[in-house]
Amino acid sequence: MNLTLRVWRQKNSDDKGRLVDYAAKEISPDMSFLEMLDVVNEELVKNAREPIEFDSDCREGICGTCSLVINGVPHGPERGTAVCQLHMRKFKDGATITIEPWRAKAFPIVKDLVCDRSAFDRIIQAGGFVSVNTGGAPDGNTLPISKPDADRAMDAAQCIGCGACVAACKNASAMLFVAAKVSHLANLPQGKVEARERVLGMIAQMDKEGFGNCSNQSECQAVCPKEISVDFIAQMNREYLKAGH
Amino acid sequence: MALDSKVPSGPIAQKWDKHKFDMKLVNPANKRKYSVIVVGSGLAGASAAASMAELGYNVKCFCFQDSPRRAHSIAAQGGINAAKNYPNDGDSIYRLFYDTVKGGDFRSREANVYRLAQVSNNIIDQCAAQGVPFAREYGGLLDNRSFGGALVSRTFYARGQTGQQLLLGAYQSLSRQIGLGKVKMIPQTEMLDLVVVDGQARGIVTRHLTTGKIESHAADAVVLATGGYGNVFFLSTNAVGCNVTATFRAYKKGAYFANPCYTQIHPTCIPVTGDHQSKLTLMSESLRNDGRVWVPLKKGDNRAPGDIPEAERDYYLERKYPTYGNLAARDISSRAAKQVCDEGRGVGPGGRGVYLDFADAMKRLGENVIRERYTNLFQMYERITGENPYKVPMRIYPAVHYTMGGLWVDYNLMSNIPGLHVVGEANFSDHGANRLGASALMQGLADGYFVLPYTIGNYFASTLRKPITTDHPEFKKAEAGVRQRIQELLSIKGKRTVTSFHRELGLLLWEYCGMARNEAGLKKALAKIPEIREEFWKNVTVLGEDKDFNRSLERAGRVADFLEFGELMVQDALHRNESCGGHFREEHQTEDGEAKRDDDHFAYVAAWQYAGDGQPAVLNKEPLVFEEVHLATRSYK
Repeated sequence: MNLTLRVWRQKNSDDKGRLVDYAAKEISPDMSFLEMLDVVNEELVKNAREPIEFDSDCREGICGTCSLVINGVPHGPERGTAVCQLHMRKFKDGATITIEPWRAKAFPIVKDLVCDRSAFDRIIQAGGFVSVNTGGAPDGNTLPISKPDADRAMDAAQCIGCGACVAACKNASAMLFVAAKVSHLANLPQGKVEARERVLGMIAQMDKEGFGNCSNQSECQAVCPKEISVDFIAQMNREYLKAGH
Repeated sequence: MALDSKVPSGPIAQKWDKHKFDMKLVNPANKRKYSVIVVGSGLAGASAAASMAELGYNVKCFCFQDSPRRAHSIAAQGGINAAKNYPNDGDSIYRLFYDTVKGGDFRSREANVYRLAQVSNNIIDQCAAQGVPFAREYGGLLDNRSFGGALVSRTFYARGQTGQQLLLGAYQSLSRQIGLGKVKMIPQTEMLDLVVVDGQARGIVTRHLTTGKIESHAADAVVLATGGYGNVFFLSTNAVGCNVTATFRAYKKGAYFANPCYTQIHPTCIPVTGDHQSKLTLMSESLRNDGRVWVPLKKGDNRAPGDIPEAERDYYLERKYPTYGNLAARDISSRAAKQVCDEGRGVGPGGRGVYLDFADAMKRLGENVIRERYTNLFQMYERITGENPYKVPMRIYPAVHYTMGGLWVDYNLMSNIPGLHVVGEANFSDHGANRLGASALMQGLADGYFVLPYTIGNYFASTLRKPITTDHPEFKKAEAGVRQRIQELLSIKGKRTVTSFHRELGLLLWEYCGMARNEAGLKKALAKIPEIREEFWKNVTVLGEDKDFNRSLERAGRVADFLEFGELMVQDALHRNESCGGHFREEHQTEDGEAKRDDDHFAYVAAWQYAGDGQPAVLNKEPLVFEEVHLATRSYK
């Protein structure tokens, strides 16, 4: 396959940035999207041009590091798939592909296609945990949890923290990310003790980081590589109301 | 130098309890006076950092990722072992201990493994309390499944994302401590040197990966939790960022590197498709619970799998190992796959693949049950290969997955450098020459939650340290060394990319120091690696600047270390003139092709000591004494 890439290049957070065209030649349809970029970068380096910086690590869809907007869609055209698992067979030979970073005030761009998502860590630090110290936990089976509850908690807990939900939302809202953690723990008895402090703390931090409000358009769910449901946003809202706000 | 493992005396079942009592304690009010650096935020690092902070120590935790939640532990799929015996199938601490020693082909330290089995149950309790959403039975109790190398169901899991959920549990505990100000988290930062003052590990030198800033950090102890070195092979199931740099730099500062030749080749990965590939993807071992592994009986049989009648298939694992069948241990299953492919019976492009077939299980249990058990794995397979595993069998082939070798540590998880502790995959301690499935998560969390928090207190309470700051000349010296090396890499301005060197080294090691090794091949590799290294330092190209976000520079430093480390690995493989676990020397096999150990000469840990650039590393031995488990030929038949 031969493709034209229009890639966002930005030297650092102060730079204005622009789209630059690159040719991707002799691409195998079996390559992942990131491997295609690897090939382009190898060519750039061989020609003494600085490679395109983009984030990735596990390359199997679970670490949440990769973060590209492809033709306007975070993680690209395949549903339920992080960009590291998107393969070139999903594109047509000769296509032009536009590649941009996540865009949100709370995710400042570091370089090219890499942005700073530390806001997510600070939201978790504001309450996204159960306050148990190591040691002294009771036997794992002393607290039976119904299978549907455990499954529902797991559905929410699958979030990989990539931030595609924010990138897809016109309000750059982090509601799906926050809701996933709030709901994961709210669906389990272990998390109920601190449910109030958790939802209040995490939402306050979310607002402080500059994320917007829910747009109610479910764009987040549509691009989530783990297909986390917006139902969890409803659950978070209920938790928030229960908390007395 | 004689290596003192510091294993406590007494019966094996009482060693850890006795040791816990014998260890000195730090007064709770004094713990805040001690500082610890933890490098790495995977299962071992995050659990250690959180637990030590809970105790009151001041912790600084570093990771190279942009968030501690992204460490590669997150990618573990199948599960975590514990000796709970919930399924009532005869499991016990002793059985988990025994299986692990046997699985490691009698090359691990008994006392460490026993302790691992002992604390395995606490891990499950701890994680459940944190809200890790383990799979449950309909009655609400925890569910178990089977894994390779065991005849009991002792593996706890969270769908096919157990590593993710356990890591998020540890990450959340860590986040809580960050929020409380007890842990200072420093992401996007790579350790580039260890600083040793008066013989004690007192700090590290780091480079911030987005600003390029070089910094020193001092502490009372340093903990390395930096994972394994599988990426020395270029292609592995590791994340692309995984590297050996932290442990290798510690090695060059005097820490011994133990058993580097013990690498685990995982039997069920998606086969290589072309040169463009940047990594290989694992298909969880849990699939072997329901999938049957086979190849055509005849050489060069190119029919579609569905057209090959039952009588013309060879379910070779079931045939060779009737007791364990498709759940034979990893090293054995991998070699068996290589064997049938070497015979020309492999399937798929290039003939390096075997089938993992779910047709029988779907017939027996229904497609829905299989879907429920393995949805995400089947989806992942389809995304990568474009084939639907519900309709055609998966094609799999072994790939580098885990490294049992690592920095040498004693029973306290401390290296031979006082104050330098090593936890998780980065140390060598518990898996011998082969790790059993679902034991990596167990070991990482055992070290971090339940071993290191005790033993580090003993170190503080029983040693004296001078107060120092990063103004100490040793820090300045280490910083200067780091800066100089970066400048060297940037000034070469050669013609070849960093990746091309990495790939060349990886292919060489896979060929000569991979699933099967022999003297001639290892000698070839030993001659070739210095040539590649020499060319690297003459002809690599690293663009950009040092005081900037510069991935090429990061990778160049890591590949430079792999180019030295690879040689050490080969040296170890050459010296170990026996087969054991994942280290298969073709010269030493039984008539039916199984690994043949030489206990008389090699029942020891090989701990290599750096002797200067260009000098062969010096071998130190820790003899392995088996008091509990009778040394026997490992059999899964």
